[in-house]
Amino acid sequence: MIGVWNKLNKSTRTNFITIGVIILIYVLCQVMVAAGLMTFLMKGLLIQFCYYAILAVSLNLTVGILGELSLGHAGFMCVGAFASAFFSKSMIDVIENNFIRFSLAIIIGALSAAVFGVIIGVVVLRVRGDYLAIVTLAFGEIIKNVINVMHIGLDSRGFHFSMEVGKLELLEDGEMIIDGAQGIIGTPRDSNFTIGVIFLIITYLIVTNLVNSRSGRAIMAIRDNRIAAESVGIDITKYKILAFTISATLAGVAGVIYSHNITTLEAGRFGYNMSIMILVFVVLGGMGNIRGSMIAAVILTLLPEYLRFLKNYRMLIYAIVLIVMMIFNWSPACINWRKRHSLKDFMNQLMKRFIKSKKEA
Amino acid sequence: MEMLSVKNIGISFGGLHAVDSFSITINKGELYGLIGPNGAGKTTVFNLLTGVYKPDMGQIFLDGKNITGLSTIEINKAGIARTFQNIRLFKNMSVLDNVKCGLHNNNKYSSLAGILRLPSYFKKEKDMTKQAYAILKVFDLDKDAKILSANLPYGKQRKLEIARALATDPKLLLLDEPAAGMNPSETEELMDTIRLVREKYDVTILLIEHDMKLVAGICEKIFVLNFGIELANGLPQDVLNNPEVIKAYLGE
Repeated sequence: MIGVWNKLNKSTRTNFITIGVIILIYVLCQVMVAAGLMTFLMKGLLIQFCYYAILAVSLNLTVGILGELSLGHAGFMCVGAFASAFFSKSMIDVIENNFIRFSLAIIIGALSAAVFGVIIGVVVLRVRGDYLAIVTLAFGEIIKNVINVMHIGLDSRGFHFSMEVGKLELLEDGEMIIDGAQGIIGTPRDSNFTIGVIFLIITYLIVTNLVNSRSGRAIMAIRDNRIAAESVGIDITKYKILAFTISATLAGVAGVIYSHNITTLEAGRFGYNMSIMILVFVVLGGMGNIRGSMIAAVILTLLPEYLRFLKNYRMLIYAIVLIVMMIFNWSPACINWRKRHSLKDFMNQLMKRFIKSKKEA
Repeated sequence: MEMLSVKNIGISFGGLHAVDSFSITINKGELYGLIGPNGAGKTTVFNLLTGVYKPDMGQIFLDGKNITGLSTIEINKAGIARTFQNIRLFKNMSVLDNVKCGLHNNNKYSSLAGILRLPSYFKKEKDMTKQAYAILKVFDLDKDAKILSANLPYGKQRKLEIARALATDPKLLLLDEPAAGMNPSETEELMDTIRLVREKYDVTILLIEHDMKLVAGICEKIFVLNFGIELANGLPQDVLNNPEVIKAYLGE
């Protein structure tokens, strides 16, 4: 086993350690839940950690790896959430098996977000930098506002669609599925903490494996120097759209997990506030630092809840804590400390000591 | 055998004829120098050859194939690689990864294979690492492979740029002031490297340079450009003693 460990390349080893830590935390949480040590509030937060971490990791692909500022990430989450919730709610009586229904919901949510990713990517990736940020912000808002006025109902005649209130003319047996600003009520609660953790691990693997592959290098080359990337024959448009689409798809998956864990799904939740919040996770965790994104997402989801005792001053203190964290997290002393105490070094030393003791014996 | 044949290309920016009726023929394996005073249009010629600018007139043939008006990416695939006057490395990537970016189009596996870590990923990555180290060794950069390219000293950054260009397996290599900012001993070393590269990788080289020692030392032919038009073209001793050329450089 030690031989195998030493043979693995660096990125694979880092992957194993990170996934190991995620699983460890997961088991710890489950034990605490089973032992009744976790408050109701914390139990509700567990799944939030997962989908916010997925969102942060996926946005990091666009912002940190591709190097383009996107402010419309919540829009893709919105697409995934509504497409899948729409599917699950209309199929609730048709497909009774939760597992099959939720698997299909994940696929539908991911695919619809991917389609939007490609369409929007083709349009917006022609502009760069600040302009891109503004255009993605606009697209995010457009998605949110269009869904906000959609009314879709289902009765024995089939689906009915309207952009205005009260114009659906459903039959007696009819049921509203998407009801404008009130959104979707009563999506089956198919997702849970375990599913969230599984998809977080999948997301992490997709992004890190992509970064460490030929395509990932091409994407980072575009970030570092577009002209030089072109000069070595890297297809700029293709890789930009690839990165943007994968990022959108994963945000869609986060949306699916979110929508299947909430009673009322409202489009209003996916405004630019949420996009900015995800961006804050990415910036605090470090651009291009995948693990950092996950840690930042967890900490910053936890923080506002634990600051509740501050009542009216909560968001004020939250902002100050954010600033302090930004300063300390990227100070040279802190970076050095993290390097000295990294888990990877610890594991390597452990392995070395283990080999030594074996040889002596 | 003709490797590059340029016929009467030209480009104007507004009213300025940056390059006018530029024609050059470079044979396979030749080491050609392109010189001229500042603002003569040398880098514009490079940008025309690599598709950064589209020529207003004329045609460019590489190894018998018409590459006029193709995109930078297609021209690179056709076999022209270049370096830049102001170094353009992928600064946040390691030295090794910079060269691997150059190998991008010669070692293909799909993005999906990379994400799922299929066997083709491991096989191709191993090949690429091997090839990249082989190229780095020629430039004596193999010991720095894991270093971030931004942290390399200046001279090595210049070399890495040439290594990255070579990784695309070009037929024609364009070097834009490779010795700029180097001290005499570094320039000397660079001359040896350029000679070695030409023999080992069987490439034709066209280089822009202001260092006359380097130009006279390694170029087999020299083309002098002034105000976008040809001033002289031929063997180094003839060109460098040409009174017109001396006049253009030093004035009367």
